[in-house]
Amino acid sequence: MSLELFLFLVFAAVAAVSGILMITRSEVVMAALFLILNLASLAGLYLLLNAQFIAVVQVIVYAGAIMVLFLFVIMLLRPEHEKIVTKISGIRTFAFIIAALVFVQLAYVILKSHPGSALNSDVTASVNAGTVESIGTELYTNYILPFEAAGFLLLAATIGAVVLAKRKFE
Amino acid sequence: MSLLQLIGITAVKILIIFTMMMLTVSYLVYFERKISAWAQNRLGPNRVGWYGLLQPFADVFKLALKEDIVPTNANKPIHTLAPVIALFVAFTTYAVIPFGPDISLFGITIPLVVADVNIGILYVLALSSLGVYAITLAGWSSGSKYSLLGGIRSSAQMISYEVSMGFSVAGVLLFAGSLRPAAIVLSQHGWMWNALLQPIGFITFVVSAFAETNRLPFDLPEAEPELVGGFHTEYSSMKFAGFFLAEYANMIIASALIVTLYLGGWQVPYIESIGLPAGLVIAIQIISFFAKIAFLLFFFIWVRWSIPRFRYDQLMSLGWKVMFPLSLINIVWVAGLIMIFRL
Amino acid sequence: MIEQYIPVFLVIAFAIVFAVLVVFSSKLLGPQRPTPEKLSTYESGMKPVGSTHERVSVKYYLVAMLFIIFDLEVIFVYPWAVKFRILYNEIGTSVFVSMLIFLIVLELGYLYVYKKGGFKWE
Repeated sequence: MSLELFLFLVFAAVAAVSGILMITRSEVVMAALFLILNLASLAGLYLLLNAQFIAVVQVIVYAGAIMVLFLFVIMLLRPEHEKIVTKISGIRTFAFIIAALVFVQLAYVILKSHPGSALNSDVTASVNAGTVESIGTELYTNYILPFEAAGFLLLAATIGAVVLAKRKFE
Repeated sequence: MSLLQLIGITAVKILIIFTMMMLTVSYLVYFERKISAWAQNRLGPNRVGWYGLLQPFADVFKLALKEDIVPTNANKPIHTLAPVIALFVAFTTYAVIPFGPDISLFGITIPLVVADVNIGILYVLALSSLGVYAITLAGWSSGSKYSLLGGIRSSAQMISYEVSMGFSVAGVLLFAGSLRPAAIVLSQHGWMWNALLQPIGFITFVVSAFAETNRLPFDLPEAEPELVGGFHTEYSSMKFAGFFLAEYANMIIASALIVTLYLGGWQVPYIESIGLPAGLVIAIQIISFFAKIAFLLFFFIWVRWSIPRFRYDQLMSLGWKVMFPLSLINIVWVAGLIMIFRL
Repeated sequence: MIEQYIPVFLVIAFAIVFAVLVVFSSKLLGPQRPTPEKLSTYESGMKPVGSTHERVSVKYYLVAMLFIIFDLEVIFVYPWAVKFRILYNEIGTSVFVSMLIFLIVLELGYLYVYKKGGFKWE
């Protein structure tokens, strides 16, 4: 068994198990913790795909920042003490249909692609593409416009955050 | 280098650094108590061993033999998990910090760093961004009001200062042109230390490092007069020791980071040009790295006894209204230096 | 490429083992004599009053939101910072200007929060 395969199996197993544990926990904080573990093991999978920068950003942004907000909200609202007010009927059936659709899609893509044909053609190029240097070059030469657009998106998010919270602290 | 060789060399490096960290933590606690005593005209620990030098070991044994109390009101699994996270973060971040130049032993070139990876310094930031969970979860799971308030205050403090810390690091990256700590160290050859070239970034980083490690004057989470012990009020025995250990280990890591990013890392200005034998130069460089860390650790303790604790609103204003804009100005300043002087 | 990261995985595995050992060592070494008083929540020697999990101020929530936004901003700055010197030598000041625009746009948001009192704590 090659090293890559071994690590892939480890990270994939952790991701899958923590994903299942996350959706089956009744305690919200526990579910959030398993989500953090899931996001961290996804970072490991990105690393195996040579996407080093994306892997570390995954940990910084998702596991380190967004999940902090999740935990704060859980502490702010104490959902474990609130009754579930609305239980939409048929939500489970709907969820199953969506899950089945995603599964079929993924299975189709995996079966259609020929492993080892296009992806592995040039390993060094793929390793270089994942480094922070090449992302910097691409982002600030060819993709300036999407980059500035992301700035405006973040501005909108800032204003949205204040507007949402403002009523409370005024 | 074969895979087995790599694993073997790495294991040796991990063990060496781990042992050094544990010893430093033990004696850091001892020196903190001694320096505190001097600052307050007391004697400090002087009973266990010669000048109290065995005090750290006595402390560890005492804590290990105490009863581990988990309050009935607490959420037991998370209460146990919190110190594990704190220790995990404290003992993983050292991996990418270089403590000397490459050396060759038995025909193999060995870099004096555990892991030399492309994402380098971001690895430290990524893992330390997980440290906030330890405190949040400890505060939340204890089922005590003091813990909850301490935990939530502390996490808000940590995330606020993490932003200005991140921006300060960007200034260093501008000069180095790489995320690799080894390249960052080499970019500060001679007296081109980042502390001298970008003093604003240096100050914002040091202040953020104090806030991230929850050291005085930023130790609001455990402000004794109002919050008892803060997030670790309900912790005892080795779980408490775990938080304690993590706090001091984080101090060491923070000092090592400041040295690597701003104080030239293991470099001694112009030592290569004197003409000393190569082995001696490397030895002096490694020693200088640890001497710089030791000075910063002393500085941490010194500040503790010199500056009073902030009020919470002052702390948050300092972070968002002063440190954050300053760290942005630093980026523009460094970019300007590069553009004008072609540094 | 993944060989570079083997030491990182080793460090992480070692840290997990060490952390778990430290936390569970007192279970093995320390005594276990629980009493109801000992296991009650500490509240300065008084009987605990009211609910522990009080709701916290919305301010903390706002801080967490702003943290995500500015953390993302930092992530955009890193690739730029690493390549800045090289790109500046190749294509000139436009590299600097594009980042300056990005930062100014975000600082508009920062000023908005400032004006609305988002950074004020009592």
